[in-house]
Amino acid sequence: MSETAAQVADTLAVKPIDQAVDQPITAADGTPLKVALARATRKAKWRAFVLVLPLLLFVLITFAIPIVEMLTRSFYNDAFSANMPNLVAYFEDNEIESVPDEAGFAALAADLKQARENKTIGVVATRVNYEVPGSRSQFTSAARKTKKLEPPFKEAIIALDEDWNDVRLWNVMQRASNPISASFYLAATDRRYDENGDKVWVDKKRRIYIKLFVNTLLLSLGIALICLVLAFPVAHLLATLPLRYSNLLMIFVLLPFWTSLLVRTTAWIALLQSQGVFNDMLVGTGIIGDESRMQLMYNMQGTVIAMTHILLPFMILPLYSVMKTIPPTYVRAARSLGATSWTAFWKVYFPQTVPGIGAGVLLVFILAVGYYITPALVGGSTGQLISNLIAFHMLKSLNWSMAAALGAILLFIILVLYWLYDKLIGIDNMKLG
Amino acid sequence: MKLKTLFTTTAVSAAVMVASSAMAGEITVMSWGGAYTKSQTEAYYKPWEAETGHKVNSVDSDNPATPIKAQVEAGNVSIDVADIEYSDAIRLCDEGLLEEIDTSSLPAAPDGTAATADFIEGAITDCAVANIVWSTVFAYDSSKISGDAPTTLADFYDTAKYPGKRGMRKAAKANMEMALIADGVAPADVYSVLETEEGVQRALDKMATIKDDIIWWEAGAQPPQLLADGEVAMTTAYNGRIFNAAIGEDKPFEIVWDGQILDFDLYAVPKGAPNKELAMEFITYATATERLAAQASWIAYGPARKSSADLVGLFNDGKTEMAPHMPTAPANMKTALVNNYEFWADRDSELSEQFNAWLLAN
Amino acid sequence: MAKLPAYTSTGERIWHYTYLFICGLIFLFLVAPILLVIPLSFNAEPYFTFTQKMLSFDPAGYSLRWYDNILTFGMKNPDAERNVYWWIDVFFNAQWIHAAKNSIIIGFSATILATVLGTIAALGLSRPEMPFRRAIMALLISPMIVPLIITATGLFFFYSRTGLAHTYPGIIMAHATLGIPFVIITVTATLVGFDHSLTRAALNLGASQSTVFRRVTMPLILPGVISGALFAFVTSFDEVVVVLFVAAFDQQTIPRQMWNGIREQISPTILAVATILVCFSILLLTTVELLRRRSERLRGISPG
Repeated sequence: MSETAAQVADTLAVKPIDQAVDQPITAADGTPLKVALARATRKAKWRAFVLVLPLLLFVLITFAIPIVEMLTRSFYNDAFSANMPNLVAYFEDNEIESVPDEAGFAALAADLKQARENKTIGVVATRVNYEVPGSRSQFTSAARKTKKLEPPFKEAIIALDEDWNDVRLWNVMQRASNPISASFYLAATDRRYDENGDKVWVDKKRRIYIKLFVNTLLLSLGIALICLVLAFPVAHLLATLPLRYSNLLMIFVLLPFWTSLLVRTTAWIALLQSQGVFNDMLVGTGIIGDESRMQLMYNMQGTVIAMTHILLPFMILPLYSVMKTIPPTYVRAARSLGATSWTAFWKVYFPQTVPGIGAGVLLVFILAVGYYITPALVGGSTGQLISNLIAFHMLKSLNWSMAAALGAILLFIILVLYWLYDKLIGIDNMKLG
Repeated sequence: MKLKTLFTTTAVSAAVMVASSAMAGEITVMSWGGAYTKSQTEAYYKPWEAETGHKVNSVDSDNPATPIKAQVEAGNVSIDVADIEYSDAIRLCDEGLLEEIDTSSLPAAPDGTAATADFIEGAITDCAVANIVWSTVFAYDSSKISGDAPTTLADFYDTAKYPGKRGMRKAAKANMEMALIADGVAPADVYSVLETEEGVQRALDKMATIKDDIIWWEAGAQPPQLLADGEVAMTTAYNGRIFNAAIGEDKPFEIVWDGQILDFDLYAVPKGAPNKELAMEFITYATATERLAAQASWIAYGPARKSSADLVGLFNDGKTEMAPHMPTAPANMKTALVNNYEFWADRDSELSEQFNAWLLAN
Repeated sequence: MAKLPAYTSTGERIWHYTYLFICGLIFLFLVAPILLVIPLSFNAEPYFTFTQKMLSFDPAGYSLRWYDNILTFGMKNPDAERNVYWWIDVFFNAQWIHAAKNSIIIGFSATILATVLGTIAALGLSRPEMPFRRAIMALLISPMIVPLIITATGLFFFYSRTGLAHTYPGIIMAHATLGIPFVIITVTATLVGFDHSLTRAALNLGASQSTVFRRVTMPLILPGVISGALFAFVTSFDEVVVVLFVAAFDQQTIPRQMWNGIREQISPTILAVATILVCFSILLLTTVELLRRRSERLRGISPG
């Protein structure tokens, strides 16, 4: 930048004029100019980098590291391996192909007894239950009865519950004895390991995650497209009106942009709930009967309407900034050359707005895919997005590994979109307000 | 002059506050919010603060068992006392997430009966002490129902006869039992049916018949609000919340006691609570005969001590007799089901998972 | 409104007015919900809709009770005489006031942190010789792009392990991170049109680096810094997901209190709070708009 250029200029200025031509050009202190330039550039690079460094470290500590650490939970879970030492040792020496013999059950009995005493049986049972639904009680009730267990353990334990004689359970335990596994990613994509260790789909009734990912993407795309349809005429109007009008109308766009997300969500609840303003208006004017009030909130419609409203400014602003740069003379020229107003719009004006459309659609889409608050408040059970399920596993079911696996997949999708945005539009071109 | 007086009083009170806070402790108690937390504030927190000078920091959750489990497992516990359901108390205790409670420190009844004998059977466990008996019921707004009033759980599921939305808690517990009873299972057989895969499916199928009409609630304060706003025609609810809205706020709500599901709420201390000693002191204080009876004058939940029953009198409006509104009143108990805590302690996570899969699968 | 040229056909005229009408509807969609909240918050009844009395402009249909409720909710003695002591009670015990205090403390601290770090970094980022510029920029902007739920989940575990959970510094740092992208974007945008010959001239005239920064660079980028700071403040002031995950249960903030209120009982108190917040955002909007115009004037761009 400026200093570099200035320094180079300085060094050039003090160079003796009568220097031999075949000698390398040197700076004032005698170093070759190439080296001096490289040094100056390096120094300038460092100076720029040092300015960014504090923030970089800050963001690494409060953002990047926590997320990376969270993601490790998606494949690392030592709930079983840390609490069932005998079985871990047994599994190291024995590959499970069928239900094990007495040695395996003796290890199980010893571990159950220990886990009961250490009060870690719940953690162990929960871990196995993630992969064998319904096995939790099998573990806790067996642990409760370990004191009375006597050898031979195999008969005794199977007598407690026939399910201990299931090879799939033993397979799962063997896999869980290694803290690193892909089980949670499988579960997050509606699959599991079967008794042979092959990946298979889970029971049809339990397949929810892929569908939810697809739903989230479709819903976000839908919202982005609705936003585009709504934003296009408005942005066009703002871009073509004289400044004093458009500045006034811009307030209509910026006010929602600056208003709290929760305020806007509350407003929509007040407006759309079945006893709300909108339904009251319809009933009051006799358009619908009091019995047939519309259910616009607490379902997918609620999510779509509220999110469209919240994200619309993110579509209008980039569109507007692109449209503003399109000279109105182009359309006028097309018209004067005989184009109909439609042809002039479609063939001349519209193609020039495509960068704005790309920026807006992609931004709205990215933001929508990760939405949590609005669907949680107005989405009911049909308007939930993948973020809500991550929150569910974090706050309600406390299956944190599952939350991490779902989060990793979501993050991956977002990063691909973000990369795309950077490639197509460039993050430096992101504008606010 | 006046300003000066104000100045001195403020300074003095500030000094007193600083001085007392140096000696007095502070505990964080987590409960279920709304009318229920209010009843505990009036019956437990305020008198305790007045008597001991300690401070209770009251916080709420949809179900305190979940956040305390999360806190203990993540290793940053900030809650000292939590009010949790029976099955959760058993489960969390089994998993080593709760501190054990020394039951011998619980005060005896006024007549000298030892605490262990005075509490209703099962109300004291290794890690938790019950304070109330409550129940899940369903309720409706009588001003919105024309014709026969609903009387059974089957009516709750009959959207043809009683059109309108239904409020239900977004959880498997209680909903599954109620669905089976509505489907014709006798209360006594509910848990043996629910033990089986087919039974679970039957409950889910029954709920599926009205799935499109269900509005799901999570916090206990929501159902009375949903009823009051006219968002639902009927809703399942915690009985005390409906009572407080109906009697306390004169809302035309009626409780249907058919197939009510009884449960305890217990006080427990999460493992590693920052103020464990004080937390234990608080539990001892709050679960004394007189305090439990006092709570019953703020909300229609039965005290967990037998000796408290006789002290229960009028609601705080000064005219409503509490006894007939209690879930344990004989008239309300005819078709009641007592929550099988062992069943839920073992099966809650599985059934919740199935319930959620069902919820998301359209 | 620009006049339509003389050659427009009837069909085009009809389309033009239809188009204006459609735009009007979309503008209505944008602001109507926000503005509707305002009259509803003066409802005398605990309903979310206009009562008959309100529609006929009967003063009895309107009241300030929900605004009063903002103050009294959580007070020790709400019914006491409204003297100085009552207000002291409000100040120390009212829950919304408590939440507002927390929001302001967290918001201001996070804003300062984000603005200082962000502005310095933006100065470095806008230098052409900045190494790995694109990658670093992408990382610094990403808190705005990565779903909040993922950030919050990560922070939950990280803070639990490091003891930052349930602390003010923890929340402040998290909110600062979320505000940083806005500061970076607005400040680098101001620096794009920055005329570097100004600093060179100042240096040439003998000013020290720090004087140049204070007297030349800063005044020019100040509008960008301030609007970045406002964005950062609003981000923190409106943030609830991270607070839900890492704050203690009694560390209420305004959005968290609203979140609880919306989920449990949507009383018009929420609408009263919402109205206050709408006024607040109008204020912010005006400030940012004025700043933007000043910045454009300073940089010699035609006033917009």
